[in-house]
Amino acid sequence: MSLQPDTFKSLVKAAAEQVIASALELTALDQAIGDGDHGANMKRGFEAVLSKLDTIGAQPLDEALKSIGKTLVMTVGGASGPLYGSFFLAAGEALSHDRTLPENLADVFGRGVDAVSARGRSHAGEKTMLDVLVPVLETLKTEAGRPDLIERVRATASESMERTAPMQATKGRASFLGARSIGHIDPGAKSSCLMLHAICSRLEEGV
Amino acid sequence: MVGIVIVSHSKDIAKGTADMVRQMVGSEVKVAFCGGNPDGGLGTSVAGIIEAIDAAWSAKGVVILVDLGGAETNSEMAVEMLEPARRDRVVVCNAPIVEGAVMAATEAAGGSSLDQVRAVAEELSAG
Repeated sequence: MSLQPDTFKSLVKAAAEQVIASALELTALDQAIGDGDHGANMKRGFEAVLSKLDTIGAQPLDEALKSIGKTLVMTVGGASGPLYGSFFLAAGEALSHDRTLPENLADVFGRGVDAVSARGRSHAGEKTMLDVLVPVLETLKTEAGRPDLIERVRATASESMERTAPMQATKGRASFLGARSIGHIDPGAKSSCLMLHAICSRLEEGV
Repeated sequence: MVGIVIVSHSKDIAKGTADMVRQMVGSEVKVAFCGGNPDGGLGTSVAGIIEAIDAAWSAKGVVILVDLGGAETNSEMAVEMLEPARRDRVVVCNAPIVEGAVMAATEAAGGSSLDQVRAVAEELSAG
């Protein structure tokens, strides 16, 4: 399967616009258990991605994902910059230098998830974005080829994001709060879920 | 001499720490600092960290002192983005930012190696 520039741009635009539109909500979540900058940081990063979208869209897929990653790294200004940036940089490394998508998308997504885990020295269960990314990767692996894959990804993202609320954070700024971090959804889990949902919706619309 | 880079979420803290290092250790050790996100608010900037590493660069290497998690993550990212020849000459210290910077600069001023400077700074957190 190949991914043409307009389709690719449409998916990136959907994810970026969702993050930008949700900046206040993300900031409110981060004010509860973090330092309150996740929304503004992500907005700045994804506005920068949108401003370069035509250039990025014209690149081969591997370069395009790496450009997104590098843009996030250089503009976000918080830990989420290197974390999401590393996801896209590593996912780009896993793609070929053209517009062809591999059969197994889970491999590409998995490379991104591994990079987030390495960058944050974290794993699922610590109340972070990995608590959404890891279950979604599992869904991509186990449900590959099913006609309702998109719906399954959407459901996994929502359910796993909600499951961060009862967790106690052991990573990131929220871990300073100890038991007081319980009862709040993790902002990184939320932003990951929002992007995945936006991409799912755009795919369902037929892009 | 090993150079010192101070990375705080706050430009005021970064600058204040650099001022303390200069007053206590003198100006022979190169000290650079950065603080604030790309918009100037609280946060850290990978581009700013790379510039600070350039400013403090020495053939003996550079140690980076950071305040909180995002500063560490962004500093590690900045180091990885350096050219390969420089990458393994820059280390992020696991040490308190003010004491770590002063101790590291004191050690660097005596001509110590990158590993020695880092070890002295990190003894503070092992304590």
